[in-house]
Amino acid sequence: MTTVATSPRFKDNVREALVDPNLQTALSFVEVNFIARRQEVADKLPEFEQLRDSARDIKNHTLAHLDLYLEAYEQRVVAQGGKVHYAVTADDACKIALDLCRQLGAKTVTKGKSMIGEEIGINAFLEANGVTPVETDLGEYIIQLRGELPSHIIAPAVHLTKAQVEADFRRVHTHLPHDRNMAEPETMLAEARAVLREKFLAADVGITGANFLIAETGSSIIVTNEGNGDLTQTLPKAHIVLASIEKLVPTLEDAAQMLRVLARSATGQEMSVYTTLSTGPRRAEDLDGPGEYHVIILDNGRSAMLGGQFRDMLRCIRCGACMNHCPVYHAVGGHAYGWVYPGPMGAVLTPSLIGVDKAGNLPNASTFCGRCEEVCPVRIPLPKLMRHWREREFERHLSPGTVRAGLGLWAFFARRPRLYGFATGIAARVLTFFGRSRGRFGWLPLAGGWTKHREFPSPQGKTFQAQWQRRMERRP
Amino acid sequence: MNARDTVFASIRSALAVNGQEAPRRREVADRLAGHPAGVVPQRGNLPPQARLALFVKMMEAAAGTVTAVASIDEVPAAVGTFLRRYNLPLAVRRGGDEKLGGVPWSNEPALEMSVGPSDGAQLTSVSHAFGAVAETGTLVMTASPDNPTTLNFLPDNHIVVLDAKDVSGDFETSIGKLREKYGAGALPRVVNMITGPSRSADIEQTLILGAHGPRRLHVVVVGEP
Ligand code: SF4
Repeated sequence: MTTVATSPRFKDNVREALVDPNLQTALSFVEVNFIARRQEVADKLPEFEQLRDSARDIKNHTLAHLDLYLEAYEQRVVAQGGKVHYAVTADDACKIALDLCRQLGAKTVTKGKSMIGEEIGINAFLEANGVTPVETDLGEYIIQLRGELPSHIIAPAVHLTKAQVEADFRRVHTHLPHDRNMAEPETMLAEARAVLREKFLAADVGITGANFLIAETGSSIIVTNEGNGDLTQTLPKAHIVLASIEKLVPTLEDAAQMLRVLARSATGQEMSVYTTLSTGPRRAEDLDGPGEYHVIILDNGRSAMLGGQFRDMLRCIRCGACMNHCPVYHAVGGHAYGWVYPGPMGAVLTPSLIGVDKAGNLPNASTFCGRCEEVCPVRIPLPKLMRHWREREFERHLSPGTVRAGLGLWAFFARRPRLYGFATGIAARVLTFFGRSRGRFGWLPLAGGWTKHREFPSPQGKTFQAQWQRRMERRP
Repeated sequence: MNARDTVFASIRSALAVNGQEAPRRREVADRLAGHPAGVVPQRGNLPPQARLALFVKMMEAAAGTVTAVASIDEVPAAVGTFLRRYNLPLAVRRGGDEKLGGVPWSNEPALEMSVGPSDGAQLTSVSHAFGAVAETGTLVMTASPDNPTTLNFLPDNHIVVLDAKDVSGDFETSIGKLREKYGAGALPRVVNMITGPSRSADIEQTLILGAHGPRRLHVVVVGEP
């Protein structure tokens, strides 16, 4: 029951996003907050860059030995009384979760934030089959009230203003008296906390994701700031972990390396508030904790990525830094990308998971400024991977005719350097002539789409190549 | 083929391996057994007093509060002071932890004490930390009947008793201590690494303390490091 994608209508999504005043207000916070906080906390740790190398190397090593680490991990989980289930597809994972819920007689399920849960569309599936899922992360809870997808992988409701959230609370929490002040984040959080406390205590099953799986100990790790994930997994009869194959790391020491770059890259914290290692179900003498512990290991196209050009993408630890630093994300937000994973990481991952025919527009939504790669804690070459997709899209004749014609024309000149220099020289002179009064153009033939949203600066003097040649000649 | 076999076959075909290659198996076994440390930040590499001071500084930066006492005899007074400061009822719940059991709670006669996990009805809990990491101001809590996990999350106020000598400089040292206590490849059911009170910034990125877990986290450091 994979979540339906609107990625094929990416361009329409973008058009709508650019004129949505609420979205634009909400997005203005992303740029200022996340970037400054990450920089500050990275600057405080002299070893940060070395830790990024280390995190990259750990993931590369694990991926190269994934079958063996998965075996070791499974063995440890079973030794501690847990169960491991394998899901080849999103549908398989949903069915396994539903079967477990049925065996446990579960009516309601609390959920910690899980991107895998979003990817496989588990909420819709459970709901259609008579089990009520309740999201407990505040951001996820809000988007569940609205029936939306998250617009950011670590801040799911980042696209909303507080006024919008207040309106949703008033619409759904009908027990609220009209005069209750609900205008501030504090009061909204208090309300959500009170409502969700009841749900935590009543739930039969808790489903969480996993930031990492540790082969050495058979543990799953969740990282949260709210504590919702911990209540989700501690209070019900059973804890189900949804995790994909690439979450594995070998040892506790390796996990420590990863954790040091995760929180810093994600929220700019030294450490998230709660980092929880869970190993198996409640033990004989325990007074609390889940009676059963299940892990659903999802493949859903990842093992295929392991063998191809996109293997690097499997290092991703879902920190969100790439989207926090992306000028395209800042302009259009996460929903425009049309599926679960937005921003640069989504532009690379989404075509792998749902097909380049559906998501081919996403890798085009990049200026290739390179900021995503600069901040990615596991050094994924995101621009390069997006370029691979562009090439594939072109090879498979999925790009539109105008783009192909334009590229063909450019290729014609690019292969003939003299002609290229001649033609661009003329173009520069013509543009300089017409642009001499204002210094920029509000409209240009054949570039109406571009100039509709911004002005084109008129050339200052000769072309770059001509200037370069002059400079080289002048050198002794 | 069942799902497990399909996933393994698919991984192996992508990696062009069969899983039986001796060098690969050795490399994995060695890493699991040897668990090499990677890059360990020097920040926590300090003499005991300075290490404790770093823990306090980092915990306070994460909005936790810390008080130091000379011995466990002074823990009841520290708990009482904390509760009175916030006008909280003088009642706490704790687990059966030996150390907490040895605290002379009667030194604070008005303090009402109950023992067991939390069901959400208690306002304040007291637990005993396995240790702490100075590097980031993080408490390391291990689940057991002595310190049930629910005490870490359900009450609004969480008081943690920490022995000054249990503060490590970095995560690797704490991991070593866990391994020493629980054995190779084993962990208690839950290890909670806690850095400050619960919070959310999901609405317009405004940071608010007290999301689903405790609104206040108070650490009572006992003795000399
Ligand atoms: S691609 Fe890198 S920066 Fe983006 S979410 Fe993944 S790990 Fe973080």
